[in-house]
Amino acid sequence: MTKKTKTMNLNFGPQHPAAHGVLRLILELDGEVVEKIDPHIGLLHRGTEKLIEHKTYTQAVPYFDRLDYVAPMNQEHAFALAVEKLLNIEVPIRGQYIRVLFCEIGRILSHILNITTQALDVGALTPSLWGFEERETLMTFYERVSGSRLHANYFRPGGVHRDLPRGLSEDILLFCDTFPKILDDLESLLTDNRIFKQRNVNIGVVSKQEALDYSFSGVMLRGSGVPWDLRKSQPYECYRDFSFKIPIGKNGDCYDRYLCRMEEMRESIKIIKDCIKKMPLGPIKSVDGKITPPKKADLKNSMEALIHHFKLFSEGYRVNEGEIYTAVEAPKGEFGVYLIADGSNKPYKCKIRAPGFSHLQAMDYLLKGHMLADVPAVLGSLDIVFGEVDR
Amino acid sequence: MSATLKDLEKIINSGLTTSIIKSEIKFDQLYIEIEPKNIISTILFLKTNEKCRFRQLIDITAVDYPSREKRFKIIYLLLSHEFNYRTVININIDEKEIISSITKIFSSANWMEREIFDMYGVSFKDHPDLRRILTDYGFEGHPLRKDFPLTGHTEVRYNEDSKQVISEPVKLEQEYRDFDFESPWEGTKYVNNDELKNNKNFKKND
Repeated sequence: MTKKTKTMNLNFGPQHPAAHGVLRLILELDGEVVEKIDPHIGLLHRGTEKLIEHKTYTQAVPYFDRLDYVAPMNQEHAFALAVEKLLNIEVPIRGQYIRVLFCEIGRILSHILNITTQALDVGALTPSLWGFEERETLMTFYERVSGSRLHANYFRPGGVHRDLPRGLSEDILLFCDTFPKILDDLESLLTDNRIFKQRNVNIGVVSKQEALDYSFSGVMLRGSGVPWDLRKSQPYECYRDFSFKIPIGKNGDCYDRYLCRMEEMRESIKIIKDCIKKMPLGPIKSVDGKITPPKKADLKNSMEALIHHFKLFSEGYRVNEGEIYTAVEAPKGEFGVYLIADGSNKPYKCKIRAPGFSHLQAMDYLLKGHMLADVPAVLGSLDIVFGEVDR
Repeated sequence: MSATLKDLEKIINSGLTTSIIKSEIKFDQLYIEIEPKNIISTILFLKTNEKCRFRQLIDITAVDYPSREKRFKIIYLLLSHEFNYRTVININIDEKEIISSITKIFSSANWMEREIFDMYGVSFKDHPDLRRILTDYGFEGHPLRKDFPLTGHTEVRYNEDSKQVISEPVKLEQEYRDFDFESPWEGTKYVNNDELKNNKNFKKND
């Protein structure tokens, strides 16, 4: 007698608390075992790339905050680097240090959110309560420097928008002293926790080869044992000046990825401390009046400054013809911008390479043969934010 | 970096003599233009050759140039971890041309090609599952083509009478305005003198 099995189709999302946004999964199940997953994305598609084609370079920056809204400045960074390379301008050293400082703050912001929500997906509530308090502190740093908690619009081509306000670096240092204790607390809740381990060890295993094949980057790649971090391997800005370690996983499962993220936060703290200690004085954005607007104070005295201010915020600057791909190590992986300039004041094309897009694509491969309950666990460790996947 | 890039250019040019139309190094990146029919062999060569080892496909994207005879440019971005190279492969195709899918070489090409199909209407031969990906169910048109209006053709709203979401042609309260700010203004050589002076002082302090 042959046993007949019937697969069942299950619809997951688009509104589901464990989907981390608007994701719809069509699952094919054999009992509780997943046979096939078809993710339907695009429910948050806003046409960012099309909109950027119709805006000047200055106006395009805020769209990058709205991609991965968990770590906004890291996105702006890729775009700013692309424009700077095409314009062939250099950012003053203090500007570069401020950028590194806030990139690392962004990394911590993103990793806290990811780790705590991943824990939430597998049943631990407390980490998110503790972690989010720290995120709030970090977001006040964002607010103090840019005026906004989330949509910063702070890294602009040529440098950063403003210098650090007085007292901010001291407060960040204070945070760096208290934060490792919070990380220890989080680890005491999760790392050796039996339930957390049972839900994550050997779940969603990615081999080295498959990780490369599926275009994984960031923690997803390092968790599988590939030592690759753009901050080290293709250093941009002043990352060369800092010494930090790149944590690498062994087994490529959800648990290793969690450990990598934990370690990365500790390394980020080191970079932040080092960065504030070493930060030189000087201008924070390019002194080239063609690209960066003049100081507010100059507008009162200099007619020329006033004209430039007006022209830069209406017409904007023109970018030399050219095509370029620049990538940064965003918290979630390699975030890249392929920018095509045609010599006018608007980009001809701006393709955004979001790490989450390729990670989510591998859902079917990652979850085949796993139980239904592992779906949110793997989804949590992929670190998906739909702002960047759907663009 | 550009010295090694030159070596890479040589390796690729000697390995793929016939299929390369043009190759150049700009902004520390290698740009290679090839014939559409050679895409599979080129990508396979770059992936497997001992001296290249481009084992990761970063992205595939397309660009629309409505005025050109070959309207679309398809761009493949590859990364080699071993040698720390990046390369950009270009092909130019016209509107009706169908190119081969590279999903057999890189699994990740699946969604990237679907996105191009969705956004530009370019078809891929032997793609396992060529559906729309980012746009809504039942969407018509290809949004990233230059002749597609920024506002789109349809908008959706909730209809109180029929108690469901309906889609209807876009109605704008005010005509869409695309300001052309471009002027003969050349920019300026204006550099803030004080800041430059300060800049020099700061350097001394370092």
